[in-house]
Amino acid sequence: MSSPAPTTALPKGLAANPRLATWVRITPAATITIAVGKVELGQGIRTALAQIAADELGVDLGQIRMLPPNTADSPNEGVTAGSMSIADSGTALRQVCAQVRALFVAAAIAEVGLDPATITVHSGVFSDRRARASTTYWELADRVDLDRPADPLAGHGPETVPRAGAEVERVVGTDVPRLDLPDKVAGRPAFIHDRVLPGQLAGRVVRPPSPAATLIEVDTAAVRALPGVVRVVRDGDFLGVVAEDEPAAGRAAAALRAAARWHEVESLPVEHDLAAYLRTGPLDSFVVDQTEPALGSPGQIRASYSRPFLAHASLAPSCGIARWDGEAVEVYSHSQGIFALRSAIATVLGLPEQQVRVEHAEGAGCYGHNGADDAAFDAVLLARAVPGHAVRLQWSRADELAWSPFGSAMVVDLAADLDPAGTVASWSADIFSQGHLARPGFEGRPGLLAAGHLGNRIEPAAPADPPLAGGAGLARNAVPIYEFPVRRVHGHRLLRTSLRTSSLRSLGAFLNVFAIESFMDELALAAGRDPLEFRLAHVRDPRAVEVITTAARRAGWPGRVGPDGAGQGIVGQGIGLARYKGTGAYCAVVAEVEAVHDVRVRRLSIAVDVGRVINPDGVRNQIEGGAIQATSWTLKERVRFDRTRITSVDWESYPILRFSEVPRVEVDVVSRPDQPSVGAGEAAQGPTAAAIGNAVTRALGLRIRDLPISRDRIIAAMNG
Amino acid sequence: MRLNGRSLELTADGQATVLDVLRGTLGLTGTRFGCGLGQCGACFILIDGRPAPSCDMPVWSAAEHDITTVDGLDGDPTTNRLRDAFLAEQAAQCGYCVSGMLISAAALLAVDPHPDEDAVIAALDRNLCRCGSHRRIVRAVLRAAAAGA
Repeated sequence: MSSPAPTTALPKGLAANPRLATWVRITPAATITIAVGKVELGQGIRTALAQIAADELGVDLGQIRMLPPNTADSPNEGVTAGSMSIADSGTALRQVCAQVRALFVAAAIAEVGLDPATITVHSGVFSDRRARASTTYWELADRVDLDRPADPLAGHGPETVPRAGAEVERVVGTDVPRLDLPDKVAGRPAFIHDRVLPGQLAGRVVRPPSPAATLIEVDTAAVRALPGVVRVVRDGDFLGVVAEDEPAAGRAAAALRAAARWHEVESLPVEHDLAAYLRTGPLDSFVVDQTEPALGSPGQIRASYSRPFLAHASLAPSCGIARWDGEAVEVYSHSQGIFALRSAIATVLGLPEQQVRVEHAEGAGCYGHNGADDAAFDAVLLARAVPGHAVRLQWSRADELAWSPFGSAMVVDLAADLDPAGTVASWSADIFSQGHLARPGFEGRPGLLAAGHLGNRIEPAAPADPPLAGGAGLARNAVPIYEFPVRRVHGHRLLRTSLRTSSLRSLGAFLNVFAIESFMDELALAAGRDPLEFRLAHVRDPRAVEVITTAARRAGWPGRVGPDGAGQGIVGQGIGLARYKGTGAYCAVVAEVEAVHDVRVRRLSIAVDVGRVINPDGVRNQIEGGAIQATSWTLKERVRFDRTRITSVDWESYPILRFSEVPRVEVDVVSRPDQPSVGAGEAAQGPTAAAIGNAVTRALGLRIRDLPISRDRIIAAMNG
Repeated sequence: MRLNGRSLELTADGQATVLDVLRGTLGLTGTRFGCGLGQCGACFILIDGRPAPSCDMPVWSAAEHDITTVDGLDGDPTTNRLRDAFLAEQAAQCGYCVSGMLISAAALLAVDPHPDEDAVIAALDRNLCRCGSHRRIVRAVLRAAAAGA
């Protein structure tokens, strides 16, 4: 009887792009070029992936060249999102590089006669203990054909590929400085905004004044006559100019704006009653989690939590560059998904995909589906009017804040019962939100802003959600980390939407974790128990226990509650805990706030477990940044609008956290070398908000359930 | 105007901003565009030694002033220490705000070589960072100050 053949499935990205040469190319000057599909968004992924490749190949980090991802010759790894790059791309790259090294080891033995028992590779040089001969990746490059599929049976690791030498992981697990920062700190050209192609022209789009506005008429003659104007473009409600330089483009855009007459419609909800808007429907309702038999009626302790629409508010406005050459167009974009962008552009313009080439160029910080794809498509449309010329298109600050997709407003209704021992007997949740996914290509829609403005327009669909198995959207982290015997969690996605929403860092997890963790404190209070002890009584997962106890220890939980000698306000601590998506990083936060009318977050003590750590400082940097951004969302941020127009269009109407408002942040990274690596970029968002909310309650004795926790909300709660 | 220590005569579009001239005419792209409204600090330059936005400053108003951009700080010992310290602290995520931060920090250290943390925070308060690198940036400025002792 024969035993079944061993099966080792290839990682997802490798199965889709199986040829080794797609990922690894031995290049001149003693370098190895690594091509991946995941893009640098300011999160440091390029460095982390270079670390993995260097170790698996047995070369120095300085010998690795990371190719800017492009649709012509990089592996298609989908979008760079959801904190999946280390898990997806890292796993694929590790396997590819291990197989590449194995092929070169075999060649070094066969061609150069190195000793199979003692062969090692250092800095790309293969040698053995006899030390009579040596060779390199570059000398052997002609003799090893990497244009072959990855071997699904080879797997990865010492058991299948004899690892060179005893040393393992020389740079993985260490604080490698980011490879891209020296240029950025030196002020050298580093961003798409700095790129200048030969003969490049400047483009501007004149957006409608409000989301539902339509163009009545525009007289472009006067604009065309302005100095420096090359073309005025009108296609339906899409209006733009191409000019010789930025000042001319700006002047022409202002003149075009003044020349256009628009029909505006009151299409937006009432900003101070978003809960009513989200509940009204029509709704797509679905079960997220439900124990059997179904819960009869929700528990008697009830509370509702909400957040407003949030803006990405990246520090740079979105930018795109495009150039047409006959029927083909090349595009530069800071998109999270260059392949999906290529498909979307091809679809809208009726081109074969092969005639669209998209290359990634770095933008400012990216926290989800922002205006990058839209700006790229704007550039494509304007460049079409000036064949052969590159057009650089940069959005204004107002466009960035008003036209990038928003993170959806949300409402979460929670209900629970406690048993006589003060333990949660039942848990019920209903989540109301617009969808969190409208990326290019999702559900067959182009997902490009201007596609909805063209004469031959493609109406945008209501934003959807990633599937539950893919981490969910509005229901992300809606299932608590705690062991509750009876659970009922339902999602309700609004189908008739009037604001454009898509993925913003952590999607629904931000409000779901804020709600769950706020409610846990409310339940602990009702049960007369300490919030930390109450959580520990309901959580079994040892990794969750470790992060929460680590953060509490670091913070000196429960701290002192009361007036603080140094400041004016009353000080208190609060806790938040979650495992991102239920499958990702564990993160616990203890916030210390000082509050009177304004809340000041003084300190965040954070513990995080991302499994095996590739770059510890990279993890700390992502967690610190996420926590500070979440503090800004929690205390300050809210997209403003009247019934017609978005009114938060600059940094005064959409303020974010400043240096003088930023807390101290301390991060403990719990080491788990035996656990798979998971991403860190989104793990801190929800726990930080919850910790701040709970700390405000402990300091002031009142509960703010609607974000942001602003001065107005605190005064209203005091008076209410 | 005097730009980065040299006298410069140029004919510019009457409505051009200093930032337009720096990035467009002169190719000095180290100074970044952030908002065009003077609200975020990404485009800060030194005007007679003081940090100020260049994005909403008409180029004619720069005449007769001493302008220094982040590119013009190359080789300046204080700026070198700041850059080393930014790298040592990995004081950036996307790095788009860094040029403006360096301008504010260099201006601070020129008048107060040994600032305390509160002084650093006050000096940087007009500069926005969206990635949450603030604490690292403060540490980097303090580290650079200590290195200049």
